[in-house]
Amino acid sequence: MLYDRAFKAPDHVPELLRKIEAYTEMTGPVTFMEVCGTHTMAIARNGIKSILPDRVTLLSGPGCPVCVTPAGYMDMILSLSQRPGVRVASYGDLLRVPGSIRGDTLLARKARGALVDMVYSPIDALDLAEAHPDQEVVFLGVGFETTAPGTAACVLEAASRDLDNFSVLSLLKKTEPVLRALIGAPDFTVDGFLCPGHVAAVTGSRAFAFLPEEFHLPGVVAGFEAADLLYAILELTRMVASKTPGLSNEYTRLVRPEGNLTALRLMDQVFTDCESDWRGLGLIKHSGYALREKYARWDAFKKFGLKPEENREIPGCRCGQVIRGSLSPGDCPLFGTACSPQDPVGPCMVSGEGACAAAFQYGK
Amino acid sequence: MDTHITLDHGSGGLKTARLIDTLLLPAFDDPALSKLEDGAVLNGHDRLVFSTDSFVVSPWRFPGGDIGKLSVCGTVNDLCMAGGTPKYLSLSFILEEGFPMDDLKTIVASIADQAREAGVSIVTGDTKVVEAGKGDGIYINTAGIGFLRADLPGKAGMRAGDAVLVSGSVGCHGAAVMMARAGLLSENSPLISDCRPLHQLSAAVLDAAPASIRVLRDPTRGGVATTLNEFTEGTPFSIELEDRRIPVDPPVEAACDMLGLDPLYCACEGRMLIVCAPESADTILEAMRRVPGGENAARVGQVTDDMPGKVLLKTAVGGRRVLAKLSGAQLPRIC
Repeated sequence: MLYDRAFKAPDHVPELLRKIEAYTEMTGPVTFMEVCGTHTMAIARNGIKSILPDRVTLLSGPGCPVCVTPAGYMDMILSLSQRPGVRVASYGDLLRVPGSIRGDTLLARKARGALVDMVYSPIDALDLAEAHPDQEVVFLGVGFETTAPGTAACVLEAASRDLDNFSVLSLLKKTEPVLRALIGAPDFTVDGFLCPGHVAAVTGSRAFAFLPEEFHLPGVVAGFEAADLLYAILELTRMVASKTPGLSNEYTRLVRPEGNLTALRLMDQVFTDCESDWRGLGLIKHSGYALREKYARWDAFKKFGLKPEENREIPGCRCGQVIRGSLSPGDCPLFGTACSPQDPVGPCMVSGEGACAAAFQYGK
Repeated sequence: MDTHITLDHGSGGLKTARLIDTLLLPAFDDPALSKLEDGAVLNGHDRLVFSTDSFVVSPWRFPGGDIGKLSVCGTVNDLCMAGGTPKYLSLSFILEEGFPMDDLKTIVASIADQAREAGVSIVTGDTKVVEAGKGDGIYINTAGIGFLRADLPGKAGMRAGDAVLVSGSVGCHGAAVMMARAGLLSENSPLISDCRPLHQLSAAVLDAAPASIRVLRDPTRGGVATTLNEFTEGTPFSIELEDRRIPVDPPVEAACDMLGLDPLYCACEGRMLIVCAPESADTILEAMRRVPGGENAARVGQVTDDMPGKVLLKTAVGGRRVLAKLSGAQLPRIC
């Protein structure tokens, strides 16, 4: 962990900024998108936008796992939590995400008696199932390729423990299909991507090679400290300036070109691709992870016959546009007035990784 | 003595009396308390400081302390921050039926130790027991009285240019409790709570430059960021912090990186923030550094009139951002 210190230190910042500035004199205004909630937070925490040249705009894409989960799915989860004998286990930041009704969250339901537990790992949820044999424990599998391997391992562990009162509600999503969908959208104006370092640690940096190869867009796999981010932005501006879009990996201390083969094998063993619904983007083919038929016994969708509530959106909420990068948080009419972290309307203001929460917490 | 708390221990009858006589009175050994009156008659002073706090921390034992230590430090520190010298504490337990007596003994011993260290007497108290399932093992309330040592102007006394000091590294308590709760702390982890009484440190500060101190506050829930926001709220001033001057211990930094937390929003239980006249900052820092628990005292920022009401952070890389108040508990992130 302390190895990251070198990347937190400000030693190289002035030079990085000077070089970015020099390249943007050649490129003119450029817009880059980060598609990872932890990047969004790291950019905000370090005040990166306040030191970058005006010509560089950073946009947040669909990188916050709870933000991309549509309200209809949250409603489905909330009503699942009311079923007798069901105990819902979830990562922390999903607990405050509202469904289509303002203030209706798992935390609020818990306060009124629903069985809801915060867990740090899916394995904790397995242990809960063992501790409560009379209850049905449902683990909410949310996230991207980052949390998919742990969830897969958990399903295999449930199988090996032969646990009957445990299941996984997989809302896991894949990064590549959503990037393709974004690039294909009519309002797409991004000049390059800060590729998500932790996703790439699983998928391998190679998984993002399609950006330059198919779309002539530069991509840089980046880490999460100030120097990581600035170096990645420098690489992106350099590639835009020289019109040589490529994929580079700045986060070499964690990311290999081929990724984490063990994790990939686990995911392939347990999951298959499925069409998945994204807030603000709609249905995207092959963009989700569903449990394979072989593991249907632990698939909460099948076990409880779950279907998302359709076409439910929060009135007035424009999180969908924020997630696509077509609206900056500060430009949403609700931002900071009707919608704040104390009383959030949409998920981007709730999640610790949401673009609106970052903009509110750390200043626009 | 029984091995577990039963409802009878809260009955007010014989069992209650036995608990008081065998566990509590010997532990706190105070003539005012031993009279077992409804209230204690105390030696007085012309100006008093009065405060109360309740403690529900779970798990009750955490690295670097327990709920007993915390229940003394919490109220003692509130008295100190109000410019008082803590003198007397009340102590009330709400126990859950079935709570192990050995655990209660441990907690009582820890209260007695801390009270001795902080120079306070426990002079009145109460014990209630609730049915199993209606509590979380143990809750403690303490109230405290202190004698006023220095009349502080509070945030109304702040001026642009004032210095902002912190008595030591920040976020230790919050990070340690979160890691303990997550089951991620090993026996010999270097990450321990900063829980400690601040009576010596605050006395040193008040004696070093009594007329220069504007505000003292211990940044407990919500951490340094939230506490400083309370200073600036409703005033024409802002506070600008410098990230690289804020002491954060490496284990706290690592824990926060792992859980997705920000040390500036993690509670401290043995640290103090000071706003003082700039010319006294060095004198106060030197005085703090001579007291145990103040070795790493640092000047971390200043009062400005840039953005009234706000707290700003100059980041290590030279960026600037707003530090808002914490809204709701920090929840660990997904990935």
